[in-house]
Amino acid sequence: MSTERIGKILRISGPVVEADGMLGSSMYEVCKVGDEGLIGEIIRIQGEVCTIQVYEETDGLLPNEKVIGTGAGLSAELAPGLIGQIYDGIQRPLPLILEQTKDDFIRRGVVTLPLEYDKKWPFVPTVAKGAKVVTGDIIGTVQEGPVVSHRVMVPPGVQGTISSIVKAGDYTINDPIFKVKNNGSEKNVPMLQKWPVRFGRPIKERLEPTIPLLTGQRVFDTFFPIAKGGTSAIPGGFGTGKTVSQHQLAKWSNAQIVVYIGCGERGNEMTNVLEDFPKLIDPNTGEPLMNRTILIANTSNMPVAAREASVYTGMTLAEYYRDMGYDVALMADSTSRWAEAMREISGRLEEMPGESGYPAYLASKIAQFYERAGRVKTLSTEERQGSITITGAVSPPGGDFSEPVTQNTLRITKVFWALSKDLAARRHFPAIDYLVSYTLYTNELSPWFSKEVNPNFLRYRSEAMALLQKDKELEDIVQLVGPEALPESEKIILEAARMIKEDFLQQNAFNEVDSFSTIQKQWLMLKVIIDFYNKMRELYNQGVKLPEMMNLPIIDKITRMKYIPNEKAEGELAGILAEIDALHADDIVDRISGRMMTDLKKD
Amino acid sequence: MTQTPSKITPETLSKRIFKTATEVSGPLLFVDLKGKAGVSYGEIARIKLPSGEERSGQILEVSRDIAVVQLFEGTSGMDVDQTTIQFIGETMKLPVSSDLLGRIFSGRGEPIDGQPPIIPEVELPISGSPINPYARQYPREFIQTGITTLDGLFTLIRGQKLPIFSASGLPHNEVAAQIARQAAVLGQEKDFAVVFAAMGITAEEAQFFRNEFEKSGALDRVVLFLNLADDPAIERIITPRLALTAAEYLAFECDMHLLVILTDMTNYAESLREIGAAREEVPGRRGYPGYLYSDLASIYERAGRIKGRKGTITQMPILSMPNDDMTHPVPDLSGYITEGQVLLDRGLHRRGIYPPINVGPSLSRLMKEGIGKGLTRRDHRELADQLYYAYARGIDLRNLVAVVGEESLTEEDHRFLQFADEFEGKFINQGRDENRSIFESLDIGWDLLKNFPNPKRELKRISEKIIEFFHPNNRDSNKNYDSRDI
Ligand SMILES: Nc1ncnc2c1ncn2[C@@H]1O[C@H](COP(=O)(O)OP(=O)(O)O)[C@@H](O)[C@H]1O
Ligand SMILES: [Mg+2]
Repeated sequence: MSTERIGKILRISGPVVEADGMLGSSMYEVCKVGDEGLIGEIIRIQGEVCTIQVYEETDGLLPNEKVIGTGAGLSAELAPGLIGQIYDGIQRPLPLILEQTKDDFIRRGVVTLPLEYDKKWPFVPTVAKGAKVVTGDIIGTVQEGPVVSHRVMVPPGVQGTISSIVKAGDYTINDPIFKVKNNGSEKNVPMLQKWPVRFGRPIKERLEPTIPLLTGQRVFDTFFPIAKGGTSAIPGGFGTGKTVSQHQLAKWSNAQIVVYIGCGERGNEMTNVLEDFPKLIDPNTGEPLMNRTILIANTSNMPVAAREASVYTGMTLAEYYRDMGYDVALMADSTSRWAEAMREISGRLEEMPGESGYPAYLASKIAQFYERAGRVKTLSTEERQGSITITGAVSPPGGDFSEPVTQNTLRITKVFWALSKDLAARRHFPAIDYLVSYTLYTNELSPWFSKEVNPNFLRYRSEAMALLQKDKELEDIVQLVGPEALPESEKIILEAARMIKEDFLQQNAFNEVDSFSTIQKQWLMLKVIIDFYNKMRELYNQGVKLPEMMNLPIIDKITRMKYIPNEKAEGELAGILAEIDALHADDIVDRISGRMMTDLKKD
Repeated sequence: MTQTPSKITPETLSKRIFKTATEVSGPLLFVDLKGKAGVSYGEIARIKLPSGEERSGQILEVSRDIAVVQLFEGTSGMDVDQTTIQFIGETMKLPVSSDLLGRIFSGRGEPIDGQPPIIPEVELPISGSPINPYARQYPREFIQTGITTLDGLFTLIRGQKLPIFSASGLPHNEVAAQIARQAAVLGQEKDFAVVFAAMGITAEEAQFFRNEFEKSGALDRVVLFLNLADDPAIERIITPRLALTAAEYLAFECDMHLLVILTDMTNYAESLREIGAAREEVPGRRGYPGYLYSDLASIYERAGRIKGRKGTITQMPILSMPNDDMTHPVPDLSGYITEGQVLLDRGLHRRGIYPPINVGPSLSRLMKEGIGKGLTRRDHRELADQLYYAYARGIDLRNLVAVVGEESLTEEDHRFLQFADEFEGKFINQGRDENRSIFESLDIGWDLLKNFPNPKRELKRISEKIIEFFHPNNRDSNKNYDSRDI
């Protein structure tokens, strides 16, 4: 790496600073700007003049103050200590900032290290002297909290023969852990790795997305599933449920690691996660969710350049755990704020604007971001798989999906979870528009659902979708002629569709039981509704009237089935299914006439 | 709170006087610095006009040669040869102390109540700093506003930012004033204060608020910052920041619970647009700058609670939607930042319903954690869901009836239709001075649900347990239902 260069400030305009005397600088190099050493990154080079985006407020900076080029790109530090942490957009730990400054407000110029350098971690070697290793090979493990086994890997660019490795014991992240000999030279390697955030970490090979990431959310898993390693976009106007959905994904996805990026959104929402996650129990591990989670919080009022960087910082942490062989789920709320940060910086650079003032490279930046998702074979001697699944919230102005960020995102992502203002206004939550949303993973995931859930799963789902479609058509007719004009057979469809909507798709994130459904419970709930629909048609053909059917006690059970705890679901739902199966027209007619008899007697 | 020390000493200050304005454009003044002393980004300039008049401004961009100064009072009457500019080496600050209470300031922070400037405890930079998200405490304390629709369906929480989306001719001022009057938490009035920031509203409106505060005997617990319609538009950029700086001081240094009313944020955004246009920036939607979101966030996010501090800041921005259009950039971006919104509706207003709150698109995002047993009452959540649902269904039917007539409705449909009317008449509608307790409000809701003869079947959003305990038909006349803890 090149040595330090010292230049001088030429011009200051908000988060953008120009400096001259910077010959020899490279793009994305980190600089210390001004006498306070504010952190910034070079985003344009013209001769000896560099343009720098500064990650902190620039008030009070003077022209001619010094600028130091550090020679290094904006990098993430990777080692034990990441899990459970909350960082700002450039990996400064927020708790540490608070502790160091004793100030509840973030002032600028705070220098903190991303990780604790003097903390000792229990390292257990898993290879011996003499082993041949390549990049990505695991040479030992550290238990990082109660859940995550942190696999210490040979960093990118290193390979050879292990000439020595420490015994099991406690080491800091910067202690040399092992030595590698290659072509006669020997290298000391600590646990700590650094990686420039704007570049994806290398992998061996991409794999087909054939396994779903289960989220416990019925509308996602059953109707529009996402694959491990897949990408999804969740656009919606304000108040339609982007953040609650992302929180639900962070809570209940069956990923081993979760990276949650609060990018330009509310401070309180991050606080909410910080307060909830240590208390909520991960159904997969039985441990608090915080023990598998990393948070990045660069809220709307924090510096906009650091917001731009935050998604890359989060992504790099995700890739690091993917390389260990984990399934990582990454959420970014909201990618629109990231795009706006790009727009703001681009405007200050006086670049030629594209659509809606966004820079012309918006589309390629979005594409590059989602391209870092995937299920992969990692670089390593042994065969290992890991994945990153991305869900990006999109906040279209006015809730209008035709704007550039939504459109460019939808060109890349394979799952579209469209939020609907209309459904949200009816408190149909999650307000996912079931007629507009789609998943492009159906073919790849079908074998998994048929095998792991039920061979009939896909058929039932199609039937449910068809009912919803038909429901829409009928509703349009009702709007013109009123509900009474429909024949009874079509009213049955409306009832069945209502059940799918209210008793299946609606899922209350804030109800302890309803918040999360196992895939088995989802399947049985779906089966209950579709079987009941078919039973309704059968009964109808045998002369039972719809209002009579709607008075059956089974209706209440269907309404309440979402509140059956997951562990009891299989038993109780099997009971409901048996009850449906046993319904006979004769019984119903008998019972009604029986009731009429008793009513008569009362009179 | 700490401050960054100024780098400019008194000696350099005298060298920082310029008579070298090169261009005047809209609210902006361009000054040739002649490569002389350093002038820092964001600092304040004092400008002396040929007439002797003084104005102030702030640096928006600076290089070795040129400073771009934004004039708060506009540039009229300025010329390029006579105007003197002095840079004072500091960013904009507000002198604060607990004596702020009861005072009235201009939109620039100068006292306009005929009293002397306050003796400052400290001077604080008005741009503020972001609260460390790790230092925040999630807001969970219910504020009783005495307005049924708010307390029942869109509960206001201490530390929340909840705007009123309104439009010209609607009674947003009345609603805001009623909230300010009634929101003093019982038993804690002493810790309660209001900061009121006016941006471009009329003198009459400002007077209305003053009278309202006076009426409730609270004028000595109010700080006013007034930029009125005929005051300089660019000044509006700093008015809300002054107000929030005062609020932060009173909340976080003096342990008070603050309600900050900011009105009208649409006027604020227009001033921002004017500056953007003068700088020839690439505009975003409808000519507003692309950074409008971040800028609004730098205001709205100055609300909340902080761990270990007693005081809180609750924000109630008022903004008018041009053409009643909620997708206009100002309401739209505000809704993306604030923790819900209360939407006023012209239709309800025309029908004489006060407060004309449009229930459908209104929302309080912080409500869910601030209600329920121990906070308001156990039945609150489910009752609110049920009322909301029943009203929405009634409105749908109302629209349907308009097309196909009443004949095709079922008996049940008729009940929902009737419910919607009564809901508007009794639940939403209330007096301008009527202060209802949360229990009264919830029980009005229960009374309306008596319409439904088969509650367990028809009131699906309420669990059987709650119906058995709270439904008017099931109440025990010896029991006290006015309690958070039952
Ligand atoms: N799955 C859900 N269950 C219950 N309520 C929900 C759900 N999703 C959204 N909501 C409601 O909608 C409100 C807004 O959701 P949020 O995710 O904050 O919207 P956005 O991020 O799109 O602005 C929440 O405060 C909550 O009241
Ligand atoms: Mg959100």
